Amino acid sequence: MFAALLHWLDERFDWDDLTAPLRHKTVPSHRLSYWYFLGGITLFLFVIQVLTGILLLLYYRPGANEAFESVQYIMTRVRFGWLVRSIHSWSANLMIFTAFAHMFSVLFLKAYRKPRELTWVTGVILLFLVMGFGFSGYLLPWNTLAFFATKVGTEITGQVPVVGKPMMIFLRGGEEVTGATLTRFFGFHVAVLPGLVTVLLLLHVLLVQRLGMSVPPKLEVQWTANPSAKREMRFLPNFLLRELMAWYVALGVLGALAAVFPWNLGVKADPFVSAPAGIKPEWYFLFMFQTLKLIPSKVWFIDGEVLGVLAFGLVGLLWILLPFFESDQPSHMKRWITGLSVFALAYVLGMSVYGYLAK
Amino acid sequence: MTADLLSQPETTRRRVIEFFLGGGLLASFASFIYPVLRYLVPPAVVDLGGDEIVAAKLNELKPNSGKIFRFGSRPGLLIMNSDGTYRALSATCTHLGCTVQYRNDLREIWCACHNGIYDLNGRNVSGPPPRPLDVFDVHVRGDEIVVSRKREA
Amino acid sequence: MAILRNKLRPFSAALVGLAGFVVIAVCLVYGQSSGQTKNSCLDCHSALPDPLGVTQEKFSQDIHAQKGLTCASCHGGDPTSDDPDKAMSKKAGWRGKIDRKQIPELCGSCHSDPAYIRQFNPSLRTDQLGQYRTSVHGKRFAAGDTKVAVCTDCHSVHDLRAPGDLRSTVNPVNVANTCARCHADADYMKGYSIPTDQFAKYSASVHHQALAVRGDLSAPTCSTCHGNHGAAPPGIDKVQNVCSNCHAFQAQMYEKSTHKKAFDAASLPGCVVCHGNHGIAHPTDAYLGTGPEAVCMRCHTPGDKCDQARAGLQSSLSQLDEAIRSSDQVLRVAESSGMEVSEARLGQDQAQDSLTKARVTIHSFRTDLVDQDIQAGLKIAATNLQAGKDAMVERNYRRLGLGISIVAIGIVLAGLRLYIKKIES
Repeated sequence: MFAALLHWLDERFDWDDLTAPLRHKTVPSHRLSYWYFLGGITLFLFVIQVLTGILLLLYYRPGANEAFESVQYIMTRVRFGWLVRSIHSWSANLMIFTAFAHMFSVLFLKAYRKPRELTWVTGVILLFLVMGFGFSGYLLPWNTLAFFATKVGTEITGQVPVVGKPMMIFLRGGEEVTGATLTRFFGFHVAVLPGLVTVLLLLHVLLVQRLGMSVPPKLEVQWTANPSAKREMRFLPNFLLRELMAWYVALGVLGALAAVFPWNLGVKADPFVSAPAGIKPEWYFLFMFQTLKLIPSKVWFIDGEVLGVLAFGLVGLLWILLPFFESDQPSHMKRWITGLSVFALAYVLGMSVYGYLAK
Repeated sequence: MTADLLSQPETTRRRVIEFFLGGGLLASFASFIYPVLRYLVPPAVVDLGGDEIVAAKLNELKPNSGKIFRFGSRPGLLIMNSDGTYRALSATCTHLGCTVQYRNDLREIWCACHNGIYDLNGRNVSGPPPRPLDVFDVHVRGDEIVVSRKREA
Repeated sequence: MAILRNKLRPFSAALVGLAGFVVIAVCLVYGQSSGQTKNSCLDCHSALPDPLGVTQEKFSQDIHAQKGLTCASCHGGDPTSDDPDKAMSKKAGWRGKIDRKQIPELCGSCHSDPAYIRQFNPSLRTDQLGQYRTSVHGKRFAAGDTKVAVCTDCHSVHDLRAPGDLRSTVNPVNVANTCARCHADADYMKGYSIPTDQFAKYSASVHHQALAVRGDLSAPTCSTCHGNHGAAPPGIDKVQNVCSNCHAFQAQMYEKSTHKKAFDAASLPGCVVCHGNHGIAHPTDAYLGTGPEAVCMRCHTPGDKCDQARAGLQSSLSQLDEAIRSSDQVLRVAESSGMEVSEARLGQDQAQDSLTKARVTIHSFRTDLVDQDIQAGLKIAATNLQAGKDAMVERNYRRLGLGISIVAIGIVLAGLRLYIKKIES
């Protein structure tokens, strides 16, 4: 019956020709092959986000006087509302984690090398967009923590010289964080960001399919010298089946987290109350937040916070362009980038832990 | 015959796999789809938003009596006047937060904690309360009495 | 503009202008010192040291100055003259430093005249002097005691502010400090037979906490219970009248109770017997107990009928308190497990209200009335406890559902593993 369906598709869409690359796709099989799963898991979690997000859209109301109550309604009155919402929140955090892990694994396995530079570029931009998803989505329940986290976060954006203030006003929908900010963030979260991510994601995945899977440099040298040593696995069905296992494990983990640690509702935001002491952003912003806290208030003649924001902006830009700094010839550059990668990972991890533990 | 013998463990093995996979997939899909389907059905208590609530039914209150109802996370007071009209106010006393009540003998709102008195418009007329009570809008919809927060001008 | 034909005209115009300018300048210079009337006194007295010194800055804060009065309004003399001899002459009515014995009459000469005060503030009272004469201070003053308070001791002088001004010595938040200036000074109060610990006690009280710390202006200070101009202790049999102005419900209960008759007969001061007068603390259920805070056992004999009633009252209150606490606990656990119990939490407020009501009804000293409130509260607490338990049941149901789906996922994983093994063998 399955074959009959395929035949039907083939007669109309040239299905066999279309799916040929997928059927011929192979995945290199080596000690570090497990890292290849991360991209797929991130994609899977994104799909979960879209599905649970659409379900939440059926009951959520954006608007300062309704948002909190609608989320409360979902958590308490809607059948399995607690499950859908908790899965959405947990999957968001998990996805950001796997996105970071995916980026770092690509970095260390040097999969960004020529000809895969554009895959890296789209990937890093996707990472930034995913963090934007996290930032915009966090505000939507309109509770105290989210309100002040948004206030602090957009305040920091406003520090950028020249363009910072207009950017902040654009993000906030005004001078202050108000119901207008909520409406705007809602629009970003359910329309603008999904649109951008879909386009970039298609590009990213297409590039991966066209260019095939990368192999770590040392291994590549070995296999070019000795082609018989090459170990590969067919994508369909072998690798895909393994990926399905990974996705099922992810589902189990999500369900367990949602049931045992349901996501908090918090207290409805009140703009006239002062910020709770020790307010911190979500964990994926901690390393930047902690860095800004550590920079002295004045460096030379430049305001410390401005310097920090500009520095991160610059690092972000350079991160996108990373593959173009490494070309085939000079090897000292390669070592440079390896060192930088180690430093970056250590810095992100270390600063996040520091930020979590700090008062 | 040898062929039959050879294929036996093969078939059982395949059957086992089929059972695990098929059965497992079915069970897991059911455990995903079931909550989603239940989720899609709107609950009995409709969400009117944080600004509105059904405080009482039409014939629930007698003239010149009051009822405490929940409005968000705070109590509200619904009063039916002697002429059959309704009014609704916040029931949290502005002095120290006790819940006020309607006194049908005084035709005023009274707080038992320190003898604070408000008139039917919520104005604090006697005793320690420093501020008036918030007044809500009341509409009758069908057989429901709906209380909503005042629209901001 | 008219064209001046005559050559003399510009000169006369200039002369008029100059004269006008001179007149205006003189008025401005001499009008500087006081609002409406000239007050030459401050020209010298602002530079003199204490006790003769009053600075312009200080006097400008005084409400009398702001209303247009001058030093001469009380001290007499001629404020328009710059010559000290003329300004402070007997002919001009100069009285010099006002003798302490004359102060109430002096202030009363305006403040007891309704027609005069009406010109400035028609709703200001004019019975202060009359009230003062009925007060302990006034009576002693009339008998010749000059140590007691007169107008200026409380209201200050030369920088007298209206009571509504937060910096005024007689603003409600400052009254206790003003009274304490004498009444907490043990040396000053030597010779009088009253204690000097009232301020210390009051500062530790729940009323002070409300007024000075929380800013609740409905909370009492010294003058609320004792009166201000007619200050005197309320009188032993009138104490509950004073307290009843705010604590009406408790007073009603007490009025009908057996204790009122007993206390009146024994000349005991009502509410003060159990609650104290100045150092009123937040009452606790321990008042009904047998420990150090117990008030009943100060009079009652252990084992008698009243002691048994007391024990009953105490156990009722603690029963409801315990019920509320335990249902709070269950709700808290349910909430931290992710269950939503805000409706039940609101119900807890109502249960707490019942407990508060029971604690008020205690003042009737009737176990049957108190029980009514207790039972109502227990019912509410029980409902909320049930809600909390239901929430826990729901929580367990969720975990069961999770377990089932995990098992299903496990089966799929096992199946996939087997399948992979099979196709790769």
